[in-house]
Amino acid sequence: MAILHIVNKSPFERNSLESALAYAKKGSGILLIEDAVYAASGKTKFADAVKACVGDVKVYVLDPDYQARGLGEVAVVDGVEAVDYKGFVDLVAQFETTQSWL
Amino acid sequence: MSEAKKFMFLNRKAPYGSVYALESLEVVLISAAFEQDVSLAFVDDGIYQLVDNQKTDDIGMKNFSGAYKALGDFEITKLYVEKESLEERGLTIDSLMPLVYEDEDDDWEEKPSIKIVSREELAGIMEEQNIVLSF
Repeated sequence: MAILHIVNKSPFERNSLESALAYAKKGSGILLIEDAVYAASGKTKFADAVKACVGDVKVYVLDPDYQARGLGEVAVVDGVEAVDYKGFVDLVAQFETTQSWL
Repeated sequence: MSEAKKFMFLNRKAPYGSVYALESLEVVLISAAFEQDVSLAFVDDGIYQLVDNQKTDDIGMKNFSGAYKALGDFEITKLYVEKESLEERGLTIDSLMPLVYEDEDDDWEEKPSIKIVSREELAGIMEEQNIVLSF
């Protein structure tokens, strides 16, 4: 059963990203929203952990949240795909279940 | 009138994901009216509050980053940004808004408000405060 893992907390403040990365099995997805979008930046100390997971797991970032935080000019981690709100809805429909890591 | 006290606002949260950053900014602006010696410290995710080019059109929230540019006009001229927090996030001073104030003691020359300081330096500055308010 392919799960879409949704993370909304900054990786610097909570360990929900780490847990989601550890629980995401091959074929599942991780969607970064709200303060979790900082993890999609190619420049932070979490970039390697996210990069290591890309491939087996598809990683998405909600672009409106990324832009809001002034990261528009900062390249995302290689392989991370930006989606808009429509894309968010498509992902929720595409995966069998969603799991929000609060 | 009693002597001005040294107030530090310690900001440790990213903007938009929670209300802390906006609430801090509002209290800072209020405190400016009371002619105290106010400084702001940006540590951990708090430094994200000062990142340039914030664009909130698509998230339906008010972009309050412009208000930081007004702090200089309220004589809030000491914004300390912790170097270690910047580095962990892959940011530099160039990633931040260019905030300035006009120095009345120096022929109104425009000077930068943001000072990058090490954790150790900031700990020293914190120790000099009368009151530290955490957001």
